[in-house]
Amino acid sequence: MSRMSGAKALIESLRKENVEFIFGIPGGAILPVYDVLYDSDIKHILMRHEQCAAHAADGYARASGKVGVCMSTSGPGATNLVTGIANAYMDSSPIVAITGQVPRPFIGKDAFQETDIVGITTPITKCNFQVRNAAEIPKIVKTAFYIASTGRPGPVLIDLPRDAQTEEDEMNFDEKIELRGYRPTYDPHPLQLEKAVQLLIQAERPIIIAGGGVKASNACSELAALAETLLAPVATTLMGKGAIPEDHPLSVGMLGMHGTVAANHLVQDADVLLAVGMRFSDRSTGNIKAFCPDGKIIHIDIDSSEIGKNIKPHVPIVADAKRALQSIHNRLIQKFNRKERSTWLNRMQTLKNIHEEIIKSAGDGIKPPALMVEIRKMLPNNAIITTEVGQNQMWAALYLKAYKPRTFISSGGLGTMGFGFPAALGAKVACPEVPVVDIAGDGSFLMTEQDLASSIAWKIPVIVVILNNSMLGMVAQWQRLFYNRRYSAVDLKRIPDFVKLAESYGAQGLRVQSIEEFREAFKEAINSDVTTVIDVPISPEENVLPMVPPGNTLKDLILS
Amino acid sequence: MEMKERIYMISAIVEHKPGVLYSVSNMFRRRGFNIESISVGESEQSDLARMTITIKGDEATVEQVVKQLKKLISVVKVSILDSENTVARELALIKVSTPDARVRSDVINYTEIFKGHIVDVAHESLIIEITGDTDKINAFIELMKPFGVREIARTGIAALQRGMRSVKME
Ligand SMILES: Cc1ncc(C[n+]2csc(CCOP(=O)(O)OP(=O)(O)O)c2C)c(N)n1
Ligand SMILES: [Mg+2]
Repeated sequence: MSRMSGAKALIESLRKENVEFIFGIPGGAILPVYDVLYDSDIKHILMRHEQCAAHAADGYARASGKVGVCMSTSGPGATNLVTGIANAYMDSSPIVAITGQVPRPFIGKDAFQETDIVGITTPITKCNFQVRNAAEIPKIVKTAFYIASTGRPGPVLIDLPRDAQTEEDEMNFDEKIELRGYRPTYDPHPLQLEKAVQLLIQAERPIIIAGGGVKASNACSELAALAETLLAPVATTLMGKGAIPEDHPLSVGMLGMHGTVAANHLVQDADVLLAVGMRFSDRSTGNIKAFCPDGKIIHIDIDSSEIGKNIKPHVPIVADAKRALQSIHNRLIQKFNRKERSTWLNRMQTLKNIHEEIIKSAGDGIKPPALMVEIRKMLPNNAIITTEVGQNQMWAALYLKAYKPRTFISSGGLGTMGFGFPAALGAKVACPEVPVVDIAGDGSFLMTEQDLASSIAWKIPVIVVILNNSMLGMVAQWQRLFYNRRYSAVDLKRIPDFVKLAESYGAQGLRVQSIEEFREAFKEAINSDVTTVIDVPISPEENVLPMVPPGNTLKDLILS
Repeated sequence: MEMKERIYMISAIVEHKPGVLYSVSNMFRRRGFNIESISVGESEQSDLARMTITIKGDEATVEQVVKQLKKLISVVKVSILDSENTVARELALIKVSTPDARVRSDVINYTEIFKGHIVDVAHESLIIEITGDTDKINAFIELMKPFGVREIARTGIAALQRGMRSVKME
């Protein structure tokens, strides 16, 4: 026990959680905390927008596996965090958001910069807290970090009234946390495991779909081991990209609306489908009524509410992905010793070849699929890719292979334009030794480009590759395909000169007109110690393909 | 596969603290679950409250309701009650107009038959307190309507399983 202010207790608690960085912006209602931060060894990274603070914390968390922390003042600071919190919630990313709040006597009085952030974030956080007494702070912080990082990870918010920050009290940092309503199930049920194994043994056309949960539970080697024993192709969701190295012979890439031909066809034709750490989102399944029509489905997830929510599996397994995959593999190898599966795997290979053909498809100017391949070639395997949202994101997901978990970071569930750049900053803070590249669209980048300022100020050099079509390209693609080319509100007339924009922040700006020029520029960017923005003009008429039109089954895809 | 809709009763033990009812009801709203009634009060442990929720839906929906409830950190325990082995009661207060002595005595008679109580007497109205299952209360209200029902307040269903079965914290 020791006596100190609530603000001091907060920082002390964060240090006990091994927090090294906070992304944030101060303001009136959080001043006492910033005053304590002034003397602290925790690094506070001043962002230029709270949304970026939340995305940076999220990118930090996804790259490192640790909890990311963001902080803001009350009112507008807190509401600016909301998109970032919702984004982290949809993609199960562990962040803790700390918001200042008006002093307790003013709560409920519509005081200056009061907003009900606890009410607002209830449906987009795993849980949230409003501190009532300073003495609760150590326990609340401990609980917040525990909840954010265990079970199915996700964001937790702590709302801190200003007078609780200044209030002094005896602080107990050793209090045990007790959560009667929170006990994640980690161990799979033996009966369900046995059923799963039986199905897998009998399977003729097995496939595995890996989601973000595989990465979250560090189950990537277990995934590959099981796939290899089973001789089963592995598709991933967008969130699962990187769970299996995409140059692995059994990797078939992403499934879904912009899935690969191989992933989509094999999933539809499978007789046993093992889905792990994924949630059958509409972007992954296509027409859900016709999803994997002849397959028996085994669904592993740590969140029991995901099982049966969108698809009713034949075998439900509520468990940690790593333990479940391990147990299934252990049981399987005792009974299963198949050495070949040629028809199914030959089919896989034929379908995978179609993908390679698409990449080669020539044409004038810089073709995004080929550009993605070029970027991959020039980067080390551990380089981190983030993406914005739109065509840029789907090109990266389809054509820029990920070889390691936590090296592909994208806004999946919420699809937040403007996520990629601040997430890249967060990822770079977590992994300063590796190149971090944001594959961007012009529209998305304009939503958060102001944080070029923080990237320069805090010496966080990342690379932004803008696929510049002067368009809200993905929306234009839908209008081209489904709205008779009626391009309503998608032409980004008068976008800025991105080279000058970068330079005005003190960053490096480069423009390229060909793949050769791109190679030169990208090499320069990798070796640069400031953030580099590379403007890559592409045709506004490009479509991201393949594409499964909404309502279609996964095999019903547009190829050209 | 179409499934039949029916009424389910769910008993949930939740942390007895501010914000819990909000997070539960907000979850129902956001996921579009159709709640018929919800009642909350302190449970056998003062730091825990018991919520009784009645909901209309098919089996898959109710399974989701239970899982989504369990997912909330402040919800400690959740069970679907099987109606055969459950005692479910609701309390209603009903204010009825009684303009003359004849009406008044009719209302009092019905109240006795339904084992209700007169809890307030004024010149031109009575308040009746009645408990029972939902059907009984609905029937009583139907009977009172011709006399002129001025106000109704109902608590929603509270329910417990019979005998030694229980939904509680060990
Ligand atoms: C914050 C936000 N607003 C709107 C959308 C809808 N939306 C999805 S993709 C897209 C276009 C993105 O344009 P750009 O960043 O230039 O990427 P492109 O598709 O051209 O590669 C829009 C507007 C969104 N996903 N996020
Ligand atoms: Mg664009």
